[in-house]
Amino acid sequence: MGETQQSHTHVKYAGWLPGRHALGIIAFAVLLIVLGLVETMRPFGIRFSDLTSGIVTMDTMVRAGILTIAVVGLNLLMGYTGQASLGQAGFYGLGAYASAILTVKLRVLALPAWLGTVWWWPWLVILAAMIFVGAFAYLVGKPILQLRGHYLAMATLGLGIVIYIVLRENFGFSPSEFNLTGGLDGIPDVGRLAIGGFTLWPIERYYFLVWAIALAVIVLSLNIVNSRVGRALRAVRDSEVAANAMGVDTHTEKLKVFVLSAMYASLAGSLYAHFQAAVSPKPFDFLGSIELVLMSVIGGIASIWGAALGVAVVLVLKELIRTRMHLIIPGAGGEQEVIAFGILIVVIMIFMPDGLSVGGVRFVRNLFGKPVHSA
Amino acid sequence: MQEDVRHFLRSTTGTLVTSGIAVVVVLVLIVYMGSTKNFGLPQYLQLILDGLRGGAIYALIALGFVAIFNVTGIINLAQGGFVMLGAMFCVQFYNMPFCAGMSPALRLALAAVLAVIVVGLIGAMMERVAIAPARNSPQLTLIIITVGVYTIMWGAALLLWGAGGYQLPAFSTLDSRDQILRFGQIVTSDNTYWIFGGVDLPKGAQFAGVMIKAQSMWIWGTTLIVLLGLAYFFERTVLGKAFRACAVNRRAAQLVGVSPGRMSLLAFVVAAALGAIAGIVLAPATTPMYDMGLKPGLKGFVAAIMGGLVSSPGAVAGGILLGILENVGAGVTKAGFKDMFAFIILILILVLRPHGIFGGGAGGVEEE
Repeated sequence: MGETQQSHTHVKYAGWLPGRHALGIIAFAVLLIVLGLVETMRPFGIRFSDLTSGIVTMDTMVRAGILTIAVVGLNLLMGYTGQASLGQAGFYGLGAYASAILTVKLRVLALPAWLGTVWWWPWLVILAAMIFVGAFAYLVGKPILQLRGHYLAMATLGLGIVIYIVLRENFGFSPSEFNLTGGLDGIPDVGRLAIGGFTLWPIERYYFLVWAIALAVIVLSLNIVNSRVGRALRAVRDSEVAANAMGVDTHTEKLKVFVLSAMYASLAGSLYAHFQAAVSPKPFDFLGSIELVLMSVIGGIASIWGAALGVAVVLVLKELIRTRMHLIIPGAGGEQEVIAFGILIVVIMIFMPDGLSVGGVRFVRNLFGKPVHSA
Repeated sequence: MQEDVRHFLRSTTGTLVTSGIAVVVVLVLIVYMGSTKNFGLPQYLQLILDGLRGGAIYALIALGFVAIFNVTGIINLAQGGFVMLGAMFCVQFYNMPFCAGMSPALRLALAAVLAVIVVGLIGAMMERVAIAPARNSPQLTLIIITVGVYTIMWGAALLLWGAGGYQLPAFSTLDSRDQILRFGQIVTSDNTYWIFGGVDLPKGAQFAGVMIKAQSMWIWGTTLIVLLGLAYFFERTVLGKAFRACAVNRRAAQLVGVSPGRMSLLAFVVAAALGAIAGIVLAPATTPMYDMGLKPGLKGFVAAIMGGLVSSPGAVAGGILLGILENVGAGVTKAGFKDMFAFIILILILVLRPHGIFGGGAGGVEEE
């Protein structure tokens, strides 16, 4: 069944020069800074959301940044090992809950209360959560990744749901005795992040933080992709046997990416907890995982930039459908939204299975009469 | 040394020894947890019987997974959608004005048959519109497509029926209150006696024993009839044999004139009908609503994996075992953990017994 292993992801890596990366990163960063400054400065009284006539708000942009971090990890995993994780929201949730529990529930955990007042504690928690989630992914991934086929997808599907239920059920403890996760209600009053006395809030400040981290994650991932590790991983994806023969320790390489993607998801989860100022189990259930995979697949799994694109497309479409659908179909509500979203997934998967980034590039090139065979 | 251990674990004796140890450990854990709650035999029997009800449902759904996977290699995550649509359409047809004059029993039967037909057609439509155009795509793409289809079903159900819950009468009483059959001892103030299948509990009486809802009987009966029907279809009819041929070797089947495309269509129709039947018999025991299919769908998937993903008897056994294990597990720990057991089992099976617990699923999900 070798042919089922991602033979569709023939991206032209040779064309990805470092210079083009630098250009892309700088252009992307400038765009983000300009958008952020619009919100901060309010030139001519214009707010950011006015630019898109209220469809995309600052809130959506922050969400996009957070999700981009998680989806970049997923793309590394799916695009470079050919294995999907259908439980990534579990790691995302672990990060969010770790941040929330360790900053809010100090008394329950018998930790000194002054930790809740110092600015560096939440940052330390974020790092600790990443390490913890990474270690957890290592322990789980070690046995599972030895298997081929879609085992990882199926096992992570189960893992994500188990994590969701454990969080929802307060680790099995009685809520009155030892209340860690708050059950279905979750944990309210998660504090904002701060550096020294400078609180990273209101939203435009947080926007800069989130996107700075997201950009750092993108740059780091691009470097990984173009490094020795990245080449080894691509070899693994294209043919595990061949990679093995060339001296690549396929199992270790796959495990590394799995752990890294879990750590990215944890980081995104922590940022989410401090953004929402509360956590509840709902966003981390099975459908949450599916949504992450959709973003990844719609953007294109074999591309780091595809992650940002996929997240943006999904979020903007959701907002667009939510705010504009009733103009096309009078009286449309959330139901049509869901249907339209489903149809979109099916259509994109049938006609652009490589995602919008790779598929879109091919489409544009073909449009200008330059057929490319491998892109 | 490590090789020796691995070799031993793969051998028949090794498998028997490790499985035996696993079973003993699980049983000891269950009995220990149960003893902290003072569980006796009746409590365990009750948990097992209730688990069997869920198990029969999972078995039906798992059969749908197996049918589709065998012929197309697709893991159809929209299977839960068929369950939900079956239940919802049945409720819809039952309450239709055109059959208002009929007797409730006839109405229910008609509604059930119509619902199965409609959902079967939806399955066919799904295959033609969403799966067939992408038939040569990688598995991951196809899985995502089925998720997309599930999303459409979910949205359509919200649109048609709203977010509220509905009700389908229990099959025996044709009323929202179901019959309860009791097997055990009744203790009243003046005497003590045994009942088997007795329906009414005298006022003020204590009951010790197991209770079965009549709907469970319907679920088991339906599952049994469906299994017999499927066995007949696959063993005795030309179409069924062609279907099996296609599952065994698509290329060879094509060479002797079986169209894989049509068999793929048939697989989706069969899976959809199985899902719908599961949904209809489950409906009176739960609250039919737009999202009722998600959990049974995923657990049916776990059951199919337990059976090795390619084996129909394996899927049925997996479903029944899963139903019992999760119910007993939830009974001795915490009700909220019920759904968790299924997925812990899933992970353990994938890591420890990737060919299914019974080892039959050799061709199903390939291993190194």
